[in-house]
Amino acid sequence: MLRVLLVLLVLAVPARAQDAFTTALAGLSGNFTAQAEAVERLGALGDPRALPILQALGEGRLLKRADGVLLLRQGEALREALSGGASTEAGEVLRINNRVRGALRGAFGRLQLLSPVEAERLAAADGLFRSRSAENVAMLEDALGREASARVRPVMELALAASRLAAGEDSAKRQGIILLGGSSSPEARAVLLEARAANAGLAAEIDQAVAAIDRRLQLKRAAETAFQGLSLGSILLLAALGLAVTFGVMGVINMAHGEMVMLGAYTTVVVQEALRGIPALAPLSLPLSVPAAFLVTAAVGVALERGLIRHLYGRPLETLLMTFGVGMILQQSVRLIFGAQNREVVSPAWMQGTLQLPGGIEVTQNRLWIIFFSLVVLGLTVAAIRFTRFGLEMRAVVQNRRIAATMGIRTGRVDAMTFAFGSGIAGIAGVAVSQIDNVSPNLGTGYIIDSFMVVVFGGVGSLAGTMIGALTLGIVNKMLEPWAGAVLAKIAVLVGIMLFIQRRPKGLFALKGRAAEQ
Amino acid sequence: MTQRLIVSRRALLAGAAGALAMPAIRPAFAQGAPIKVGVLHSLSGTMAISETALRDTVLMMVEDINSKGGLLGRKVEAVVVDPASNWPLFAEKARELLQVHKVDVTFGCWTSVSRKSVLPVYEELNGLLFYPVQYEGEEQSKNVFYTGAAPNQQAIPAVEYLMSDDGGKARRIALLGTDYVYPRTTNRILRAYLNSKGIADADILEEYTPFGHSDWQGIVSRVKRFAGEGKKTAIVSTINGDANVPFYRELGNQGIKAEDIPSVAFSVGEEELAGIDTKPLVGHLAAWNYFMSVDSPVNTEFKKMWASYIKNPKRVTNDPMEATYTGFKMWSQAVTKAGTTAVDAVRQAMYGQQVAAPSGYTEQMFENHHLSKPVMLGEIMENGQFNIVYKTPTAIPAENWSPYIPENANRRKG
Repeated sequence: MLRVLLVLLVLAVPARAQDAFTTALAGLSGNFTAQAEAVERLGALGDPRALPILQALGEGRLLKRADGVLLLRQGEALREALSGGASTEAGEVLRINNRVRGALRGAFGRLQLLSPVEAERLAAADGLFRSRSAENVAMLEDALGREASARVRPVMELALAASRLAAGEDSAKRQGIILLGGSSSPEARAVLLEARAANAGLAAEIDQAVAAIDRRLQLKRAAETAFQGLSLGSILLLAALGLAVTFGVMGVINMAHGEMVMLGAYTTVVVQEALRGIPALAPLSLPLSVPAAFLVTAAVGVALERGLIRHLYGRPLETLLMTFGVGMILQQSVRLIFGAQNREVVSPAWMQGTLQLPGGIEVTQNRLWIIFFSLVVLGLTVAAIRFTRFGLEMRAVVQNRRIAATMGIRTGRVDAMTFAFGSGIAGIAGVAVSQIDNVSPNLGTGYIIDSFMVVVFGGVGSLAGTMIGALTLGIVNKMLEPWAGAVLAKIAVLVGIMLFIQRRPKGLFALKGRAAEQ
Repeated sequence: MTQRLIVSRRALLAGAAGALAMPAIRPAFAQGAPIKVGVLHSLSGTMAISETALRDTVLMMVEDINSKGGLLGRKVEAVVVDPASNWPLFAEKARELLQVHKVDVTFGCWTSVSRKSVLPVYEELNGLLFYPVQYEGEEQSKNVFYTGAAPNQQAIPAVEYLMSDDGGKARRIALLGTDYVYPRTTNRILRAYLNSKGIADADILEEYTPFGHSDWQGIVSRVKRFAGEGKKTAIVSTINGDANVPFYRELGNQGIKAEDIPSVAFSVGEEELAGIDTKPLVGHLAAWNYFMSVDSPVNTEFKKMWASYIKNPKRVTNDPMEATYTGFKMWSQAVTKAGTTAVDAVRQAMYGQQVAAPSGYTEQMFENHHLSKPVMLGEIMENGQFNIVYKTPTAIPAENWSPYIPENANRRKG
């Protein structure tokens, strides 16, 4: 059917339309205004030959040869845009700006609305929604009649509604308003409000539709705030979990904890760069970084505990100063090795973009993965402490060092293992942090205070407390942010914790019994 | 790929030329103590991302001037200190440079808070500071030469562009910034400017975050909501330092495309983009007075000089580096003219100095201690460089006292 139509179209194209096409094409090498107009005209002409040329323009692959002929670059090859003949002479790449990019989106919308590829139709419908021109109504009605995909249909309907709103008759506009009012997208709301000024006669209907969207948006906003709070909480949890072991269980005030997170992040950088040359393993670099970061930071942890900390047990002030110094040494070493500049960590495709949940709620993929990841790490930590031989020995040493020693447990070795375990978890946190924060030598300083805050708030020595504490602080912070601003929200949370610690010095989950008294 | 090849080939050529020239020019310096140039840039902490390259630029210029026989027949020597992104430490290090090392001139500072911190020191000890970064204006000290842009050379033209046809006719502006003096003053000027152009306060959103802020989810979704009021919206970012990386990442992840909500940044250049995956950012803008992609003979020379000095084809040039280059050239011209490095004589000699800058324009130092500069807007391209979409036809003199700040407006002089 489509092919027949195309053939008919080509046969019916008289010489004048041919001229219109080439004239429009010439505009592509003009200034931005001329380019935008040319793109719009090419989209309106609907000539399928325009598609590869416009795609090349959007991707910076369209060149202008000195004699004015447009060239397409495909890989290394150059060919003339119209004749298709190869060209040996290169040209100057045609640059575009945002305005042209916006026009391109509309043109693609018209040219690809009937594409066999679902993703292209989706992008096309979105493009038509944004360009919202009355000329697109018939085209969208036709496309909607053929569309079967449940993903594309709602977007097309919105595009149709928005285009109808731009049409001439009030009845079409009313239909559009009703349809848009049924969606829960902020863009639909924006389209309605935009139309309000030009359509004073329909103001009441528009207001009603906007109010309906607002009700839905309010729910959505609450859900998104909760998600953002959970996300911040999960970061806090990851950063604090290692500290909950070293500080909470062992009682070592480890000021170099943040640097362990930083080392984990740098391990991710190194793994990623090492695997860049191996195409088969490159996509796996992030998952592979997790064990690598654990091992690296655990090894640093062992060295730190065996070399320094064990000589200072029972002297918290000296431990604090010493680990603070170690933190600075680690920071400077990393700065010497990797440079003071931030390092780039590429996020894999599955961690980019947003995920649409039912109800129009949008959550960013990377945050979603990190929430999931933090819960897995929490689960594994709890399991390691509860169900393994190492965990049993660790608990025994914490509860009563002397009796544990008389039972044949090598307490020194358990101390080293516990510290390594806590440091390793901090390293894993670094892998996650590298996805959302800057990988720089002073990455750790941003996390050390938050980590201590979470552990103390949750109750020293309690993993459940750490989890509840982290999530509570994250959500409270995000709830305060919209009306207090990022700076004030953070201050408010800190003040809140100070007051809370005054009332309950042992935090949310105070350990009871003999172990806690020591 | 081809681009990298060209750069490395260029670097190689330059290196070879340097190696050949080396034995020929062994400058014989006349008697006299070396001229000391202080370098006061953070080499660690949150601002290191931006400031490290400026230290390298000064060192490059020092090496360059020595290879040409020094200044006044004397050798030039750089004294580098690290104020570590710590504002009070800037003042201490400035005092150290002036009193202990007795430097003749200092090139330094990036953030306005660091400049404000060292200003009393330079005024008390009558030192000379060259400040190479765009800033909020409202300042003029006889001891400082400002080689970066004042608001009328960056912020206001950028917003004008956003409101123009080519820029997308924005009628709602979100002002996002780091919480310190530069963003707050700039946004105050911009708000007054926008009001004068008929944009009501309800159409302006102002948000501040601390240095090094990394959790942008809330603010970016707030901007998204702000954009949902039926008027074209744009972001004006005065976010400084490495907080930009997570900010842009969040913009990309939340699907904010430059075609829908363009953002224009005043403190993000080629150097800052080096740490970011720029694919989702194509089309977002930056306003500067120079881009690495400027096509001018002086810029070609400048890039060649940088590549052969730094010996790393990946390192880019940017606006504050260009301002450092221009400032250094001007200072050496002024010293030559004055025949001495004495601060008062050099100051007088600075007025009216002209330099053909890498921006492709001739820039001139005025008696208000500010340079005339061209204004350019660039859109981020996939390769981390900027596509220049607008530039002024001539270099524009600075208005360091903004007419939009009423209490200082009367301090303006012709």
